[in-house]
Amino acid sequence: MNIDIDTIIFDVLIPVIKIIVMILFPMIMVMVMLWVERRGIAFLQERLGPNRVGFQGILQPIADTIKMLFKEDIIQRQSDKLIFNIAPVVVLATSLLAFCFIPVGMTMSIGSYNLTFWVAESPVGLLITLGISSLSVLGIVFAGWASNSKYSLLGGLRSVVQLLSYEIPIGLTVLTVVLASGSMNFIDIVNKQNEMGIWFAFMMPVSCVVFWIAAMAECNRSPFDIVEADSELVAGFHTEYSGIKFGYFFMAEYAHMVLVSSLMVVFFFGGGLPIFPNVEFLWFLHYIPGFVWYFIKIMFFLYLFVWIRGTFPRYRFDGLIRLVWKWLVPLSLLNLIVVAIIRMIV
Amino acid sequence: MDSKFLEINMGPQHPSTHGVLNLKLSLDNEVVVKVEPNLGYLHRGMEKLWENRTYAQVVPFTDRLDYFCAISNNLGYVLAVEKLMGLEIPKRAQYIRVILTEIQRIVNHIGWLGFVTNDAGAYYTINFYTFEEREEYLEIFEEYVGARLTINAIRIGGVPFDIDDKLISMIEKALVETEKKIKDIDKIVTRNRIWLHRTKGVGVFSAEDAVQFGLTGPALRASGVKWDIRKDIPYSSYDEFDFDVPTGTAGDIYDRYLVRVEEIKQSMRIIRQAIKNLPSGEIAAKVPKVLKIPEGEIFHSIEAPKGELGFYIKSNGTDKPERVKMKSPSFINMQSLESMCKGNMLADVVVILGSLDVLLGEIDK
Amino acid sequence: MIDQISKYPALENIFSSLQSVFKDSIIEGRFEKEELSVKVKKESILLILKFLRDEKGFNALSDMIGLDNSSVNKEGQKRFSVLYQLYRFPGFERIRIVIDVDENDPVDSAYPVYKSADWAEREIFDMFGINFSGHPNLRRIYMPDNFDGYPLRKDFPLEGRQ
Repeated sequence: MNIDIDTIIFDVLIPVIKIIVMILFPMIMVMVMLWVERRGIAFLQERLGPNRVGFQGILQPIADTIKMLFKEDIIQRQSDKLIFNIAPVVVLATSLLAFCFIPVGMTMSIGSYNLTFWVAESPVGLLITLGISSLSVLGIVFAGWASNSKYSLLGGLRSVVQLLSYEIPIGLTVLTVVLASGSMNFIDIVNKQNEMGIWFAFMMPVSCVVFWIAAMAECNRSPFDIVEADSELVAGFHTEYSGIKFGYFFMAEYAHMVLVSSLMVVFFFGGGLPIFPNVEFLWFLHYIPGFVWYFIKIMFFLYLFVWIRGTFPRYRFDGLIRLVWKWLVPLSLLNLIVVAIIRMIV
Repeated sequence: MDSKFLEINMGPQHPSTHGVLNLKLSLDNEVVVKVEPNLGYLHRGMEKLWENRTYAQVVPFTDRLDYFCAISNNLGYVLAVEKLMGLEIPKRAQYIRVILTEIQRIVNHIGWLGFVTNDAGAYYTINFYTFEEREEYLEIFEEYVGARLTINAIRIGGVPFDIDDKLISMIEKALVETEKKIKDIDKIVTRNRIWLHRTKGVGVFSAEDAVQFGLTGPALRASGVKWDIRKDIPYSSYDEFDFDVPTGTAGDIYDRYLVRVEEIKQSMRIIRQAIKNLPSGEIAAKVPKVLKIPEGEIFHSIEAPKGELGFYIKSNGTDKPERVKMKSPSFINMQSLESMCKGNMLADVVVILGSLDVLLGEIDK
Repeated sequence: MIDQISKYPALENIFSSLQSVFKDSIIEGRFEKEELSVKVKKESILLILKFLRDEKGFNALSDMIGLDNSSVNKEGQKRFSVLYQLYRFPGFERIRIVIDVDENDPVDSAYPVYKSADWAEREIFDMFGINFSGHPNLRRIYMPDNFDGYPLRKDFPLEGRQ
């Protein structure tokens, strides 16, 4: 068996680096988002926000992380310790795992080697990603049950209710994307948008909006943060967690936000494609690498999360169910039918 | 207790019980079956203390009952004492009192607006908007007496200081700012679908029930009962001002919100009229240093921002009252919490509690 | 004092009809500082409240006040008084009904007539130890259940620790 240096570099070293980068990427984004959220909300609320640690408070996330690491880890005597400890890991691990199929940029040719910006490519990448990201609910239910606190339990129960409502519109809208692109491979979906010269958001605006609303519910973000609901459930499923275990939940929530924004960008906003790819005099935009475009796009959606959080009150959970089953599900079904018919004709 | 219900102790350590309050909730799933408020965490025995203080010494205590509208509490007590003494207050002092209490009403209502949206889950945005507004008025208080929160600005016989042009211009500026802010908040909140979903038809109380439970203030008026002591049993020259008493129809949280916003506007109207027609003259009546009130009793109530604030004073001829009983609006309003919450969801309990505008310092006395 | 009432025909009307309906129960009526205060017998308080609510339109109980009369040196003065502060709207009149109570002497609860009497009676029970028979849930409202003594009685010390 002859092992040459090229095999080691291209088949072992680069994939390993990619894996490490793709695990670090969401974590770093969590740090970035912590700062963006705190400063962004402060900006919306006419106050300053953290601006003491480093330039404009840029080191605040690091200070927060250090604080969290050194906090006492309280485990209730009556809690189910095994599940109590597993829950944050489940939540964080599933959020990070789902990133492995996300293309964070376009293929880049370096000499004869084509550098790709995704860890793995699969013909059913979309299904696997959606499946994995839904698994995080399991961790939330674990946490709610194992904490032996009624607030946590209610939070855990609510998360199941929430799952039952948002998963369906997500599935139905993703189907329209699959119909339009003819593939369940993320890379094909992006390439199809390149080929057609139009982002799917403008082709299927209804899918885009419904997916965004359902995705906000999936992240447990305001106005659908009924699982945490700080005004009535104290902190919902993570009421009893402290220290870095709470930090895990926190990171998982933000990683989930990054994931959902990524899906949004890949499905509807052309992934790593530049904006206006067909406009002649904007040719120079093509020289900006794909991952930069991807980053700019997800930052827009991440800021949208912050913006929405700073604006809206929270839905009651029956309100969420009503919204989803009375409006989003019929709407997305209708949308699916319309897209399918158009797809048949064209 | 039937074990098929989930029992939850909400408070005394809970983010949205507006103080140290303990609510024992029985839940059927998330639907509230029973609410049992458990009071007394803040009980300081104020009424016992008052029996051992002179009449003038009681005034600062009333600040501490409801730190959110201290001046209204001052006024309630002071008016009762003055009525018991049969004291005539100079017109200018009365007008200054009206200006101060109406500012206090704006402060209270606008602060309430922030808290209740917070209870409904709007992440502090409106709260910070309103607190910025509140800050301007607190600065006016600071300019007037030097304190901001528990300001003890009304004395038996009148007011301690006169208001000058600088203060008036500050007030006028703040009113203009508030008008703008109210418009902004109106844009964010009033027709917001989620806000409507959280407040319309939640915590409904019919006019009949509201009267039976002794509900007062904006919560009563939201149920459609036109009962405002400022209008119906005028005190402190309120009969000389032109203002409307807003009422709601549905008696739900949304109507309470609308009524309070309208009351802010009416308060501005009253303040503007008072500044315009401010009479000249003394700012305090002659009151003896040692205040001895002959035997008698009085129950006098005013329209505080939270509802009817009454003081019963029984004097015994010495310089200390025989008994002072405070009828606090929060205490009475809190009673109706259980009937409002029944059949609603857990998430509604905090919003209903917020919408009643209770303050534990006043409930527990 | 009661003669001044003629300036207020509405209150005068109430007082005279009270006198005619409950001849024996009305002990005394006083009119001071524009306030009508009627002292009645303890036994008939519920009937009088019901009469005032149904016939005279006093639709709300504003407050209930407990008094400790131990410092009053008067012949035949009972230890406590309970004051009912009623008002009505429209009309906007107030009336105060006063009853005298001895220690360990239960009073009929006003809860069946006015729901707002619920906590008010609990407060008086907590502070003075006056019992209200027929109250659905007569427990201490401020002090803990195992608290000894009644804070607003005149013989309760101002300072100390329990």
